[in-house]
Amino acid sequence: MSTESLEGGAAPSVPLAVAPLRRVVYRHSLPIRIMHWINVVALTLMFLSGLQIFNAHPRLYWGNRSDEGAAIFALGARQDTAGKMQGVTRIGKHEFTTTGVLGVSNEANGPQMRGFPSWLTVPGPQWLAMGRRWHFFFAWVFVLNGLCFVGYAMATRHLQRDLLPTGADWRGIGQSMVDHLRFKHPHGEEALRYNILQRLAYLTVIFVFGVGIVLMGLAMSPRMDAVLSPMVEAVGGRQSARTIHFIIAWGFVAFVLIHLFEVLITGVFNQLRGMITGYYAIDASPGDPQPRAEETSAESRPSEDRPHD
Amino acid sequence: MTDRRSFLRMTMAGAAGMLIAGCDRISQTLWGPDVLGKAEGLNRRVQALLSPSSSMAKEYAESDISPVFHPNGTTMPATPAYQALMADNFRGYRLQVDGLVSRPAKLSIDDLKRLDMRTQITRHDCVEGWSAIGKWQGTRLAAVLDHVGVAPQARFVVFHCFDEMEEDTPYYESIDLVEARHPQTLLAFALNDQSLPVPNGAPLRLRIGRQLGYKQAKYLARIELVSSFDDIGDGKGGYWEDQGYEWYAGI
Repeated sequence: MSTESLEGGAAPSVPLAVAPLRRVVYRHSLPIRIMHWINVVALTLMFLSGLQIFNAHPRLYWGNRSDEGAAIFALGARQDTAGKMQGVTRIGKHEFTTTGVLGVSNEANGPQMRGFPSWLTVPGPQWLAMGRRWHFFFAWVFVLNGLCFVGYAMATRHLQRDLLPTGADWRGIGQSMVDHLRFKHPHGEEALRYNILQRLAYLTVIFVFGVGIVLMGLAMSPRMDAVLSPMVEAVGGRQSARTIHFIIAWGFVAFVLIHLFEVLITGVFNQLRGMITGYYAIDASPGDPQPRAEETSAESRPSEDRPHD
Repeated sequence: MTDRRSFLRMTMAGAAGMLIAGCDRISQTLWGPDVLGKAEGLNRRVQALLSPSSSMAKEYAESDISPVFHPNGTTMPATPAYQALMADNFRGYRLQVDGLVSRPAKLSIDDLKRLDMRTQITRHDCVEGWSAIGKWQGTRLAAVLDHVGVAPQARFVVFHCFDEMEEDTPYYESIDLVEARHPQTLLAFALNDQSLPVPNGAPLRLRIGRQLGYKQAKYLARIELVSSFDDIGDGKGGYWEDQGYEWYAGI
């Protein structure tokens, strides 16, 4: 009997001691969540169809022309001494053997000469016309979605409040860098606030990468060139614009990899739930008046009532 | 940890494979390319708004000209009609202009030169991604259209070429009358101050300042004015259009 009463008495304190207090807050509003996932689809398909288009002429140049031998980046093939096809990636004067991935890759009917492999292009087989259809369709999705996002973010002051760095943010940039390098992330209320590096990353991706890649895409359009030629010449010419377009595309990939890494190490399920349902759990502070693990709506919580995306 | 990592890697590779396989299946359907192709009409309308029909392609200086103007596609038409003309150095060449016109004509290169002459150094942008700059001399298509008199019901200019892409499938292209009357739309007979070389489309080719390379038909045999190109080739308005490329090649 004494054992039973002991267990009974100890039971309520066990979860308290093991699990920290959690509180669920409404973090990402519905429009932001929808636009985020539309962007995931559009960027993915534009990247993959973009590599398909690149494969039609897998070389990059600087200036207006693509003169023979003047490429600054090239994916190609050559035969090795045994007569086997070798994939070659050339960056400036440096050549790398990249058989299997770049230049030459293994397709259903043996090694094939192609820039990027079929598992990185939409459509898989070499098919420029279809790649262009995918690319231009999702370009419109990307641009319209991006315009909606910027409009919404400005109207709801999400941009001004959550993305533009404050003076305090700037002063804390050194500490933020150290924290990121040590994979140290805030857990309580502070986790709801975007840190300075996050703010700068989002602003760069939206206003430098996003705007830049669209402008460089338009710079490649001969009809748009008739009105945009001062901009095209300012970046060096049409082939320079194509090169920058390609570099920014990989800049997006780099951002996505870092973004996914940060999501993974800060609690992948909590982060995913935040971007799917809007609700995000944080560690509650000891003085928190709210009961733990109780889902409260944004409206009932004046201090955190703003969706923090 | 290794298990989780390999699981993650397999999940990601699987997801990418499924995504690309899914896109490939959509590309093979009838509706998929149609839906994706809706962007073409949007591109054409929006670009016409942003870049008016009067806007001019940038013209370059002599020093910007490509050392070699890379010829793409056909570089030597094999048809007997073309071979016979070439053997005589194109002296017997006449451009036939007919269809919805009041005065059908057969014009020699000298006839064209007498009608009008324009020189422009413009950039050629291939759909594949490369660019080259060349100096073109030719007759504005607008002058030829005025010479033959365009019937009111005509909407497109179709360019029939000597070169065959496959057996009995000659190259052809088409543009609307607005593009046809643009001052930089030329029937070019010279490249870089030389008679147009055979690989670049001798004796006469089309130059359009603001569209991609595949619109710039080479080896012109005949120009036809039509109200619709539904009955020509596979009905999409050009050889590459019949292969799935956009009729509007401004992007």
